[in-house]
Amino acid sequence: MKILVGVKRVIDFNVRVQVKSDGSGVVKDGVKMSMNPFDEIAVEEALRIKEAGNAEEVIVATIGPKACQEQLRTALAMGADRAIHVQTDEEVQPLTGARIFKALADKEQPKIILLGKQAIDDDNNQTAQMLGALSHWPQATFASEVKIEGETATVIREVDAGLETLSVDLPAVISVDLRLNEPRYVKLPDIMKAKRKPLETMSIEDLGVEHVAEVKVLKTVAPAKRQAGIKVDSVAELVTALKEKGLI
Amino acid sequence: MSKVLVIAEHDGTNLNGSTARAVSCASDLGLDAIDVVVLAADGSAVAEQAAKISGVTNVLLVQNPANENAVAAFLAPQIEALAADYSHVLAPSTTFGKDLMPRVAAHLGRPQISDIMRVESSHVFDRPVYAGNAIATVEAPEGLVIGTVRTASYKAAANEGSASVETRSVEVTLPTHTRFVELASGGGGDRPDLQAASKVVSGGRGVGSEENFKHIYSLADKLGAGVGASRAAVDAGFIPNDHQVGQTGKIIAPDLYMAFGISGAIQHLAGIKDAGTIVAINKDADAPIFEVADYGLVADLFEVIEELEKAL
Ligand SMILES: Cc1cc2nc3c(=O)[nH]c(=O)nc-3n(C[C@H](O)[C@H](O)[C@H](O)COP(=O)(O)OP(=O)(O)OC[C@H]3O[C@@H](n4cnc5c(N)ncnc54)[C@H](O)[C@@H]3O)c2cc1C
Ligand SMILES: Nc1ncnc2c1ncn2[C@@H]1O[C@H](COP(=O)(O)O)[C@@H](O)[C@H]1O
Repeated sequence: MKILVGVKRVIDFNVRVQVKSDGSGVVKDGVKMSMNPFDEIAVEEALRIKEAGNAEEVIVATIGPKACQEQLRTALAMGADRAIHVQTDEEVQPLTGARIFKALADKEQPKIILLGKQAIDDDNNQTAQMLGALSHWPQATFASEVKIEGETATVIREVDAGLETLSVDLPAVISVDLRLNEPRYVKLPDIMKAKRKPLETMSIEDLGVEHVAEVKVLKTVAPAKRQAGIKVDSVAELVTALKEKGLI
Repeated sequence: MSKVLVIAEHDGTNLNGSTARAVSCASDLGLDAIDVVVLAADGSAVAEQAAKISGVTNVLLVQNPANENAVAAFLAPQIEALAADYSHVLAPSTTFGKDLMPRVAAHLGRPQISDIMRVESSHVFDRPVYAGNAIATVEAPEGLVIGTVRTASYKAAANEGSASVETRSVEVTLPTHTRFVELASGGGGDRPDLQAASKVVSGGRGVGSEENFKHIYSLADKLGAGVGASRAAVDAGFIPNDHQVGQTGKIIAPDLYMAFGISGAIQHLAGIKDAGTIVAINKDADAPIFEVADYGLVADLFEVIEELEKAL
């Protein structure tokens, strides 16, 4: 059984994102880029499923420009077996991304596709669900526990009301939440080994995926800033202030 | 005629407050009609509640035993069948809507606008990106618009409507590949729902333990507040996941938000940007939470809670 994992290159979560003054987007030049944190957890989960004897191969895939290979190499260093780079210099939105993953799934026939619950750049939270729809596969989103038993996966999902458990037949798409696991650290020898692991490059056209009507970003601006407040010196002062505002 | 369909979120008996917020967003579209669809096993009580939301034209009640629990793979094909009559289909951007709507959109071959925070025109919307550190104005392609509504950006529509309720049968074959097993609720007790509460008291890693969280609950109960938490507090097992506030937790907009022992990471702040008044108690004067707090107090949180409880 194969597992396919999505890996997206995004601005590192620790970076304080700056919006460009001309409204054309956010500053990416010279900014630290990393694997989407949710995807790191997806890779880790795939490796654990394999290590538990429930899968033979972990394939990681990314869609994006040349530089994304850095994140594929990280995933290979973590322990993935091989990588696929769908190369494009254009921004890929979730519907196209899902269509590309569908084409990869048709080609590779994985039993499980693990994606992050959301990419922390556009915060769309769509790709896994769209892929589920296009493949007519079950979906189990926002997973905080995944158990594989034969041809089914039992997934605990983090939902607003608490924890929901779904049982789904494989093949299935699973999107992962942050509490699913803690990704392993990559060791230096593994980075060296990863350089020799197979990394295949292809284009969107190679996969036979056509562009669909997508969302146009007209402008990007900085959010309204909250007015800076004041420091109070005592609980008494705080209580007075909140009472004046009618809040307590 | 252009109409919008809003998908009701509910638990079988009660309509979730996020629905009336999504209706507010739908009203901003200025279309000819707003319909709400309740997909449920029975759902008649929920439909009655939805009919009271001001601005709603019709409530469609789709009854099917498969709708007992909100499983996206079952709900999506039914919504797709209904979508043909509408120019827009919206759902709240809660875990319910986030799970469901992209599945609907992809089947219909449409992109989705996630987390709509403002309607500029029928096809142009503002939405947050980068954990709310940037706001993008986006244009959906011509034709059907599928979106989720960032509920913290909208006040709930009033409760003075009297829409008609119409039972609809939707003939679609549902998949058999998914089974609902159970829902274990976090157990907030009788405390107000985080997403609807006008006051929220939140604790972070600084609270130190599950045991110590009793101080947070106790203060919240005194104030009639909901209880929130940072991810670090949830990860450490101090409190269940459904209390997490932030980019990947709940996005909330209470009148009063009180953060105890929370440093103020951007991912946490993403969840409280729309709060009316933010109060932060932290022993570190340089904690970033003070950059957004209306009232900051540099002090030990336990001492502050003790004094606060006496003062209230
Ligand atoms: C992709 C991603 C998504 C994330 N999503 C979220 C999210 O949705 N929500 C979220 O909250 N986080 C989220 N995080 C995590 C976030 O980055 C922070 O790690 C987290 O918010 C820190 O929680 P904290 O403030 O409780 O802990 P810390 O940063 O450790 O802060 C604890 C604070 O408590 C103070 N303190 C300690 N003892 C006391 C005392 N006795 N009295 C007063 N103050 C005291 C300390 O001075 C410190 O400032 C996310 C991270 C990533 C990578
Ligand atoms: N360009 C991409 N390359 C690889 N994986 C992606 C890409 N875009 C989205 N994904 C996957 O889909 C998940 C959800 O992304 P999104 O729907 O954009 O929030 C991510 O966490 C990735 O696992």
